[in-house]
Amino acid sequence: MEASTEVWAVDTATPGGVRRLAPPPRSRLLSAFSVVVVVAVAAAFWIYPLESVRGLETPSGWKTGATVAVIVLAALASLLAIPAIHAVALSFRARRLESSGDIVGARHVAARAREKALRTFGFAGAAVVVLGLIMFLLTNNAAFVETFLSWEQIRRSASDIIHAFWLNLWIALASEALILVVALSLALVRASPGRAMAPLRFLAIAYIDVFRAIPLIILLYLVAFGIPIAEIPVLSDLPTPWLVVIALTVTTSAYVAEVFRSGIETVHWSQTAAAKSLGFSTTQTWFHVVVPQAFRRVLPPLLSYFIGLQKDTALVLVVGAIDAFGMAKIYAGNYFNLSSVTFVAIVFILATIPQTRFVDYLIRRQARKTGVRAL
Amino acid sequence: MALLEIDAVRKCYSDDEVLKGVSLSVDSHEVVCLIGASGSGKSTLLRCINGLETIEGGQIRFEGDVVSGPGVNFVELRRQIGLVFQSFNLFPHMSVMRNVTIAPIKIGGLSRSAAEERARVLLRRVGLEEKANAYPDQLSGGQQQRVAIARAMAMEPKVLLLDEITSALDPELVNEVLRLVRDLAEQGMTMVIATHEMGFAREVANTICFLHDGQILEMGPPAQIFEAPREKRTQTFLRGVLEAGTI
Repeated sequence: MEASTEVWAVDTATPGGVRRLAPPPRSRLLSAFSVVVVVAVAAAFWIYPLESVRGLETPSGWKTGATVAVIVLAALASLLAIPAIHAVALSFRARRLESSGDIVGARHVAARAREKALRTFGFAGAAVVVLGLIMFLLTNNAAFVETFLSWEQIRRSASDIIHAFWLNLWIALASEALILVVALSLALVRASPGRAMAPLRFLAIAYIDVFRAIPLIILLYLVAFGIPIAEIPVLSDLPTPWLVVIALTVTTSAYVAEVFRSGIETVHWSQTAAAKSLGFSTTQTWFHVVVPQAFRRVLPPLLSYFIGLQKDTALVLVVGAIDAFGMAKIYAGNYFNLSSVTFVAIVFILATIPQTRFVDYLIRRQARKTGVRAL
Repeated sequence: MALLEIDAVRKCYSDDEVLKGVSLSVDSHEVVCLIGASGSGKSTLLRCINGLETIEGGQIRFEGDVVSGPGVNFVELRRQIGLVFQSFNLFPHMSVMRNVTIAPIKIGGLSRSAAEERARVLLRRVGLEEKANAYPDQLSGGQQQRVAIARAMAMEPKVLLLDEITSALDPELVNEVLRLVRDLAEQGMTMVIATHEMGFAREVANTICFLHDGQILEMGPPAQIFEAPREKRTQTFLRGVLEAGTI
């Protein structure tokens, strides 16, 4: 077979005279470098954190615990040497194979060596980040830990904070229920066809434009303080948390309406045609065919907005209601320590993550069963 | 009086005239096949009959009633005229059973148990009784199309419109669907069928219409159209199809 040498990286001829397309990938330098990196990272782990821990001025029990933790982490970092050494060994084997003429075998082994070396780099990068975090926590005589993660402070404030968190939870759930209704109505009006709907469509668009533009904190302030002052019938008699729910609903439903609308638009028109051909009215087509499919698709962005909303409940602080954050601030002020506020943050994290996993599960299940995929 | 009369129907998409005065009448228990190249207006004609498209001229009458133009109760009309699509268009978020029962329950006023009873009979007829709880995505194209036919039949329509129902199927799945349509024809179902399957059209149709460029160029019994087409364009079309080996 006539072959042009130019397109080949290296013109290697095997003893059998068969030309090969390319030499094995280079692996020796990469492997050697991975060993250097591992040695540097492990050394840093053994030197700096231990030094910081030794200088800590904390009760000896704490100090022993911290020392053990740091040593365990350093030992783990040292384990990175295993893939690095493996990479070097493989790269040498690749060279032996190559010189013995087994180009294909050398290629396989060299590729494995590179993979090992690259994996070492990945772990080493993560180890460096962890090291930075540890040093940050230990810095200035572990001042960070004392200020933000004081166990004593957390224990003192936890029960009051969890109690106050019910207000956040209640506001979030009430708002979410209302938002689903309001946002879906807005989206349906906005996506509705025909000239008859044009005036309502215009109003829906205006609502979405206006309330997406107003910062939530301003709207909250106006609603919670303004409505009682204006003595608007019914509304001004509502307790403050209800006014907060109204403000949150007004703002967030403008966003969620757009999420719903995008979902509605992704349902193919042939679905509408099929429903109509069976004799469904326009309304029936929306509610049995279009909206159920749209809703399934927008679950992930919908959840994102709801998580945002749950965090925004902490803004009730500006209108004087005591939620979890408000309670934590009282403790923080009284004891000049922010650990109670950190605890609120942890409570929010713990409340959020299960929801995310649950929606992931719903999406996977529905994709497996119905083929309806989320956006 | 014919069951379905199409009288000089015209349809435009903006400046493009897709149907240029099509006239056709379909009797009860008659099977009419529409043949012709893609873009000749077959699908559009079916969609106009069903009221999914408005028409710009002419008239469509069903059982003597004018059913085209503004103010027609299309919801009522579509209960009597079923449509099956090229791409099946099953509802992906519903099980097969739900796909077949939702229209009879929500529109036909049937109880759930009566609708499910009817659906089971239909699914048995299309050979998919055991798939009642499956979802469309879990079925093959041929199975989906059979469900779509069952779904249309569940409303007990007087006319069934079939819009190139095998065009989106893998070749080995075409026959299971065509066999079903043949059964329907034998049982006296009135059907208007747009198709590219010439052998099938010849066998099942009472009347063949050859559409070209938005007009019915030639219409007649299958034997005449396939063996002695009068129009030159029909001859060209059929020769082309024959050479492609479809027949």
